Amino acid sequence: MKKLLLIVPLLLLAGCSSSQTWGWYVIDPTTASGWVNVKFLISGMGATIQISLIAAAMSIVIGLLVALPGLSEKRGWRLVNRVYVEFIRAIPLLPMLFWVFYGLPIVFKSMGMNVPIDPFWGAIITLAISDSAFTAEIYRAGIQSIARGQSEAAQTIGLNYVQTMRYVILPQAIRRILPPLANQFIYIVKMSAFASVIGMQELTRRANELVVTEYRPLEIYTLLVFEYLILVLIISAGVRWLERRMGADERG
Amino acid sequence: MPGAAIELVGVNKWYDTFHVLKDINLTVSSGEKVVICGPSGSGKSTVVRCINRLEKHQKGIIRLDGVDLTDDAESTATIRSDVGMVFQQFNLFPHLTVLENLTLGPIKARGLSRKDAEEKARHYLDRVHIPDQADKKPMQLSGGQQQRVAIARSLCMEPRVLLFDEPTSALDPEMISEVLEVMVELANEGMTMVVVTHEMGFARKVADKMIFMDAGEIVEEGKPEHFFTNPQSDRCRKFLSQILQH
Repeated sequence: MKKLLLIVPLLLLAGCSSSQTWGWYVIDPTTASGWVNVKFLISGMGATIQISLIAAAMSIVIGLLVALPGLSEKRGWRLVNRVYVEFIRAIPLLPMLFWVFYGLPIVFKSMGMNVPIDPFWGAIITLAISDSAFTAEIYRAGIQSIARGQSEAAQTIGLNYVQTMRYVILPQAIRRILPPLANQFIYIVKMSAFASVIGMQELTRRANELVVTEYRPLEIYTLLVFEYLILVLIISAGVRWLERRMGADERG
Repeated sequence: MPGAAIELVGVNKWYDTFHVLKDINLTVSSGEKVVICGPSGSGKSTVVRCINRLEKHQKGIIRLDGVDLTDDAESTATIRSDVGMVFQQFNLFPHLTVLENLTLGPIKARGLSRKDAEEKARHYLDRVHIPDQADKKPMQLSGGQQQRVAIARSLCMEPRVLLFDEPTSALDPEMISEVLEVMVELANEGMTMVVVTHEMGFARKVADKMIFMDAGEIVEEGKPEHFFTNPQSDRCRKFLSQILQH
């Protein structure tokens, strides 16, 4: 990991010192214009983080609501789950983003409602719904991995369905669900870059705009890649910390 | 019938086309101890699981204290909190401490305060002879201790009937007696019990009635003194000779 991080200063050095093809000066924070550019690029971070967090939170809730009917004994409920998962999972993110951003307001209008969808919420809704199909499958697998005897025992001491889920099944399942859920969160952070195409001022959009004015795609996109890398590494560290805490708890 | 805690009349159950229970008739009076035995796959666990509605029967009537078991959610809830169940695999909640395992039902389903529930939990832990393990996680206990915690967890709900589904079958031999001892004490205190087990020593000691099941039917039913010494059917005689050999 340390070696990997060394690549940044190495590239910077190589670029600043020698040839014509490098132009690290555009993002050189020691110069006034470079610092303005860097600030401009990094200022997209807030939007990327907000979009990702809200979308992930929504996906976690929607995913659970979609997963639970999939565990029902009743066939109709399971079908609801299957249809949602198969349908949503099959739609590529970019077309879904276009549909939500350009199409959904028309649907609302046809129903006599005026619901404007801005790039911010358009991106969040798309990411949340698209991701919820995967989250739902993660929940289902996690809950099914808890032995049936657990819910039977909960029922025999008088707990109802919601109490059984809340106090017995989910606390055990969450330990198994957490690692794949973290994967999905990382996926959301990366996919939030698509929001740039509907005009959301997040990391990728900022980079695109700067490239257009500075004509330095290599340098600017390199910085962009590392911005995502840093975000993802922070998430990974956070998840590992959580897992350690829960693991210790389980061992008692 | 007055005094009947549990009454099964013509109960039938199928798994798809497989006929697991065939015309089961069984009456358990209040305070009575019934032991059900039989070869594996005979349907004995299924009978017990139908009584507290973990499985549904398709035909016939099951009554608890005169109340029919139906699909009605409310009747199911009533039944479940009135009927305790002890499982072969204990089914303790591994993420909770022993004390939390015992207080969960009383607090969430019965609405007791934490203090009252803990008091009750400690009382029953004492009764199953493990007063000192309250703050441990189930996995830190031996199998015998875990099963006794499971019995205490059922008792915390103050059930009118306790069902046991092969409570000692998953235990190492040296731990069986500590669990049976607790069960004998419960029996002596007048608890109504339906026990699926192969522990014939226990059955002789506490059973008021023996049931032998095979292939989904009750083949033989009787007082233990007759049941063990003079079984009527060939199937029962053969079964008893096999398990009593050891």
